[in-house]
Amino acid sequence: MANPKYKSAYEIVKTARSGQRPTGIDMINGCFTDFIELHGDRYFSDDRAIIGGLALLYDIPVTVIAIEKGHTLKERTEHGFGAPQPEGYRKALRLMRQAEKFKRPIICFVDTSGAYCGIDAEERGQGSAIAANLYEMIGLKVPIISVFIGEGGSGGALALAVADKVWMLENAVYSVISPEGCASIIWKDIKKAETAAEYLKMTAYDALELGVADEIISENGLGGDEFYTMLKDKLKAAADELTAFDGLADARYKRFRKFGSYDEITIETEEHK
Amino acid sequence: MSNLPNVPFLKFIYKPKNELEKGGRTEIPAPRQSSEPERRCPNCYKSVPLSKISANMSMCGCGYHFRMTARQRISLICDTFEELWPGVVSNDPLGFPGYVKKLDTVKVASGELEAVVCGKAEIDSQPCCVFIMESYFMMGSMGSAVGEKITRLFEYATMNRLPVVGFTVSGGARMQEGLLSLMQMAKTSGAVRRHSEAGLFYLTVLTDPTMGGVTASFAMEGDIIIAEPGAMVGFAGPRVIEQTTGKTLPKGFQLAESLLEHGFVDAIIPRPEQKEKIGKLLMMNKAVN
Repeated sequence: MANPKYKSAYEIVKTARSGQRPTGIDMINGCFTDFIELHGDRYFSDDRAIIGGLALLYDIPVTVIAIEKGHTLKERTEHGFGAPQPEGYRKALRLMRQAEKFKRPIICFVDTSGAYCGIDAEERGQGSAIAANLYEMIGLKVPIISVFIGEGGSGGALALAVADKVWMLENAVYSVISPEGCASIIWKDIKKAETAAEYLKMTAYDALELGVADEIISENGLGGDEFYTMLKDKLKAAADELTAFDGLADARYKRFRKFGSYDEITIETEEHK
Repeated sequence: MSNLPNVPFLKFIYKPKNELEKGGRTEIPAPRQSSEPERRCPNCYKSVPLSKISANMSMCGCGYHFRMTARQRISLICDTFEELWPGVVSNDPLGFPGYVKKLDTVKVASGELEAVVCGKAEIDSQPCCVFIMESYFMMGSMGSAVGEKITRLFEYATMNRLPVVGFTVSGGARMQEGLLSLMQMAKTSGAVRRHSEAGLFYLTVLTDPTMGGVTASFAMEGDIIIAEPGAMVGFAGPRVIEQTTGKTLPKGFQLAESLLEHGFVDAIIPRPEQKEKIGKLLMMNKAVN
């Protein structure tokens, strides 16, 4: 179900995509102090679609990784419209490993229509980069909290969201494919995106129902001081709780292990070779 | 028509007793030859009869690798095969329009219940666990059932200290199961990692095509990654890339040969050599207990 009170799923998708919403950098500035950006994947380049670094969450040092879309056209272009290159994911992984070494919680802000789709990205192993993040994140020994602030586009979003806690802002979305992409594959008609958005169960409320998201973050006063104080307090409480918890990696494995809906039927004859 | 010597009087004393004496099989017209279904090879553009393709490991004479079914691959690669969890099947968790009907259709068309076949096997006398994805079942797309079977296989292999050999072919995550499909990427990756942490060997064989969420998870997580010649492997689909970027794709883009050049696969191994090479890799990557 879309947010039952007011909007259709596709309206929520449009809200999630809106350039007016706070971006990853806004979240970093709002929730943390003393942010120091750390650049580059140490192999090829620094992808500006993913911003990472160190910051203080009240008094605790944390590793922060955020996908940045930018507000103005200039910013959007600079940040590659929030579609990360393989280097972005590799930078994120580098910073996450560093966080593990120094036992810092990791906080990710997710806002992407998907991993960058292009010739160069493919040639530099987009799939391989995402796979590496999934593989590493599920076993990291420090807390990971992922907050979906806008769009959560498929594998490109999941690569920063194999987390202990997945939170979604009220108007954030998370999906295996864009409603437009789904509509054009299933109905060969991009105009059916609205219908597709409903069926894909991609709103925060759907994700919560499926267990994919753990909590929905209210957007009351979104982008204002009160909002950031609320989010900051929540992050601090969760980071403290998770840090105190032993066996994080096991719990994270179990969290993802349970996903799936299937039947198990009995096969009477097994005449396979 | 007969093959009789061209001596008139002999025709009276020589009567052929059977077809062979008349001139052998070549003399018999073969009307079925022309009506036998053929497939055009996308590499050499020749039309090859299906029987010839299937007798040649689903390859064209020019070396082009056609797609093959999971069962064909099992008989090509495995000495023994004992299937595991054949009854794990998809349901329709989101009530997605047309999904149930689609599943029923592909079950009949492919003869499989899901897009992956898992089992315990021996390859060149090396015991291992094997999963083979099925391109004829919704293009090997990964939904909950596929993710569950692969995860179980890795867990089983970890418990029994066996290596895993996986043949991938997939269009990616199955969108009809929405977020649950996406979660299979993390779920399978977790199982691969635990298997690896137990010191066990995982070999992936990328076959045509391996795309999307499968490339971005267990397909690229092998200790050793090999590919079939000409297999298309990538994250985003070529048409999507062309439409989004407006650029013409370079020749050989996303083909196994290009991945080899860019350093993303260890080797390209054609079908006739696969069994032996996989056996050797299994032998040389035995877990140290």
